[in-house]
Amino acid sequence: MPDGALEHLKREGRIVVVGASLAGLRAAETLRDKGFAGSLTMIGDEPYEPYDRPPLSKQVLLGRAGAERTALPRRREIDAEWRLGVPAAGLDMAARRVKLADGDEVPYDRLLIATGVRARPWPNEAEAELEGVFVLRTRDDGAALARRLDAGPRRVLVVGAGFTGSEIASACRERGLEVTVAERGDAPLVGALGGVVGAVAAELQRENGVDLRTGIMVTALEGDATGRVRAAHFSDGTTLECDVVVVSLGAQRNTEWLSGSGLGAGPRGIACDAGCRAFDIRGIVTDDIFVAGDVARSPHPLFGYQFLSLEHWGNAVSQAETAAHNMLSESTDRRPHIWVPAFWSTQFGVNIKSVGVPPMGTEIMITQGSRAERRFTGVYGYQGRVIGAVTFDNCRWLQFYQQQIEATAPFPPPFPTVDRRPEGQKALPADFPDPSLPTHGPTITLSGYSPADRRMTFTPAGH
Amino acid sequence: MKHGILTDILDYSNRANPYPLYEELRKTPVFHDGDGPYVISTYFDIQSLLHDPRLSSDARNLAATAGDPLAESGEEGAAALPPSFLKLDPPEHDRLRRMTNRPFGPPHSPHRIDGMRDDLRGIVTGLIDNLGDPGRIDLVDQFSYPFPVTMICRLLGVPREDEARFHVWADTLAASLDPDPDSDPTERDKTTHDARMELGMYLAGLIEERRKDPKDDMLSQLAVAHGEDGSMSTMELLSTAALLLIAGHETTVNLITNGMLTLLRHPDVLRQLRETPGLAVPLVEELLRFEPPVQLLPQRTPLVDIEVRGVTIPKGSSMWLILASGNRDPHRFEDPDRFDPYRKDIQHLGLGSGIHSCFGAPLARLEAQLALSELARRLENPQLIEDPPPYRQNAVLRGPRHLYVTCDGIRS
Ligand SMILES: Cc1cc2nc3c(=O)[nH]c(=O)nc-3n(C[C@H](O)[C@H](O)[C@H](O)COP(=O)(O)OP(=O)(O)OC[C@H]3O[C@@H](n4cnc5c(N)ncnc54)[C@H](O)[C@@H]3O)c2cc1C
Ligand code: HEM
Repeated sequence: MPDGALEHLKREGRIVVVGASLAGLRAAETLRDKGFAGSLTMIGDEPYEPYDRPPLSKQVLLGRAGAERTALPRRREIDAEWRLGVPAAGLDMAARRVKLADGDEVPYDRLLIATGVRARPWPNEAEAELEGVFVLRTRDDGAALARRLDAGPRRVLVVGAGFTGSEIASACRERGLEVTVAERGDAPLVGALGGVVGAVAAELQRENGVDLRTGIMVTALEGDATGRVRAAHFSDGTTLECDVVVVSLGAQRNTEWLSGSGLGAGPRGIACDAGCRAFDIRGIVTDDIFVAGDVARSPHPLFGYQFLSLEHWGNAVSQAETAAHNMLSESTDRRPHIWVPAFWSTQFGVNIKSVGVPPMGTEIMITQGSRAERRFTGVYGYQGRVIGAVTFDNCRWLQFYQQQIEATAPFPPPFPTVDRRPEGQKALPADFPDPSLPTHGPTITLSGYSPADRRMTFTPAGH
Repeated sequence: MKHGILTDILDYSNRANPYPLYEELRKTPVFHDGDGPYVISTYFDIQSLLHDPRLSSDARNLAATAGDPLAESGEEGAAALPPSFLKLDPPEHDRLRRMTNRPFGPPHSPHRIDGMRDDLRGIVTGLIDNLGDPGRIDLVDQFSYPFPVTMICRLLGVPREDEARFHVWADTLAASLDPDPDSDPTERDKTTHDARMELGMYLAGLIEERRKDPKDDMLSQLAVAHGEDGSMSTMELLSTAALLLIAGHETTVNLITNGMLTLLRHPDVLRQLRETPGLAVPLVEELLRFEPPVQLLPQRTPLVDIEVRGVTIPKGSSMWLILASGNRDPHRFEDPDRFDPYRKDIQHLGLGSGIHSCFGAPLARLEAQLALSELARRLENPQLIEDPPPYRQNAVLRGPRHLYVTCDGIRS
């Protein structure tokens, strides 16, 4: 960039953010923090100011917090022009303009795309329209489902036992509602954590009174004469009466609005470099379009430069901050987004946390605690290296394993630890389903070349 | 060259200001001399090690302690209580801590601490009302010292009429942590031993009573609990009650005393606290960073040879983690030697970190917040009579033995 252009951008440039949720808001705040004094426009298709999604499947469903009380806390004033309730419908990269569905066009000098993902709908449209069939992604979804659960349905069917589906089932049980969970894989959470841990999740569900059915698919939903759902049909020929169905089949990236724009956007998200700059369809990196959050997929040095798509809250925040920093920096001052993936979930009274990329693991070792007690740490290995870790009610140890991942430490861990049990003496196959089969909501998706050699020096911040 | 720095840290003449020694120590982040302990002094190393599952808090994993001047003498064994969870590793640690937490904090008892607020305020008010001659107050003997013991009595459910006896035992035990070098060691040990026995017998009797006729207090709840973790045996319960008493006593005394000392050295902040009692919340955090009552943790040992910054620490070695030094590490905190209650970034190590992080933290915080804001409000124009004040011997639980203050009067 020619001298002075950056200063000019900071002083009076135009930055547009599409997607006014977690990543969009945090990016906007960071831009202002870094001294951006120009005009800032926030475009969001939802009518609400940015709110937080994790509570939607937790406190909100339990009736402990209203869906309208999930607004994200603000770190600072951002002095933006808000265009809420209107989707972006197109992008003209050459003219540097975002087209809105209402016909308006918004010019930019720098664009941040943070359009996230949406819930994958039930594939049969007519069945999806039945009253009592829900998905859970937005504040409105959360409010509607909570209201329905308040009314005391006779049986809830959750289709898909990823994190969100499992949390919904947990909330139902806590409310004393009868709930059936149907999962195509062999256990809940298999896509994210593999079969060894999935088996623990399965026991947890059954012990808490969930009617868990695995290795099964829901083939059809059936409505009554008034258009309300009344039953579901399964691939094993059985039928279940239910008056609420929550479809929890993972997510789809919100990239359709970019089709034909020339940006490298598709069903797997928007590819960007480690500095959050989007690629165009020719595989050339753009200099004025940045991506952050659930919609992005970016290469990570710790994981063989595989492109990672992460549906993780912490990733959205961290990537947004990096993107914002880079939007206002000369190329040598730019920073890579090298956040180590981390995820949490609470279900059935258990606090589950993971770091790294468990689905890359081929083996797992229970280094601390015991699966039977539902309090343990599992470490995932790939090609003799530690690649991920998960804890069930054991999160105080996670930081250590994160450092092991950052140091590409050997797997299985060659040292004793406190709380090592007989089951932790050797590694087990991690038992992930074939990655070519879609599972219900893994929260990390890998794409790209297979990593050959992961030995490299990685220096995390703060060390 | 570095020889003697640990001796210097333990040397009483450096008690009033050990921070320059810590700064020196941080130049050798893993310090080791002869057969002495491995001493860790930087923030990030301490923080990592407190989350490292290869470290044990269980003294039975120590190989040799001859070279560690802070190694336990074993007199505690005389009471024949099983080790408390402070000195246990998981899974025993986790089980006992979980059981102890059930009647203490969330999720099962979210209101216990908050429910003590009025009680605590009453204790503080009573102590300040009785300070006597405002011209010369010893804030330690007249305020900081009695406060936490009274509070632990209320928490455990010691009947009011027995509180006075409890204070005597607690004082004796606290004094044993801080032996007067001029007194006769045999005599001292006997006094301590007797106090421990009497306290143990007293608590055992009380536990028996509460088992038959449980009340809402913690001791009753612990005595009758039986859940997924089973029940606590009487011995476990005694050891837990003693832990709460000891871990929550000297530490709180020092936090409050260090707090007043620091405020008297920073009169602007004292004035701001008087005007805005809410400042007590961040102020107590900054205090836990700036003058932590637990200066170092002397009882970790690795279960296997570990490497820290290129230094191998052999299995079974004794280690010291100098929390107070990590808290002043310039790589972690900007301008670390400045006391600044408005600091934004305040993840200090004052209450430890990881699975052994202070169990009583919410109570400790509340006590200190109430005590300091009330003292700031009620003491009229307080001044230090002596600076630095006389310190206790103890280098680990470091704090003034007396804090003489003079003021113009006491507001109501
Ligand atoms: C129920 C639930 C529970 C969760 N729990 C956890 C958890 O426990 N832990 C965890 O780590 N993560 C959790 N997550 C994931 C976490 O919420 C996401 O990672 C995070 O919201 C991602 O933020 P984002 O800003 O990238 O995307 P989003 O929050 O998806 O925001 C994208 C925004 O862009 C809008 N948008 C889309 N297209 C357009 C367009 N064309 N024009 C304008 N606006 C558009 C969308 O409507 C949306 O408002 C959970 C998610 C859900 C739904
Ligand atoms: C005010 C000041 C206090 C300070 C500075 C303090 C500091 C600490 C520190 C640093 C530890 C960690 C020990 C280790 O890792 O080995 C600890 C543990 C502990 N503290 Fe505190 N403490 C305070 C008050 C209290 C109070 C009031 C109580 C009780 C009510 C208490 C009970 C405990 C217990 C039981 C442990 C052991 C926890 C475990 O091993 O899991 N503390 N404290």
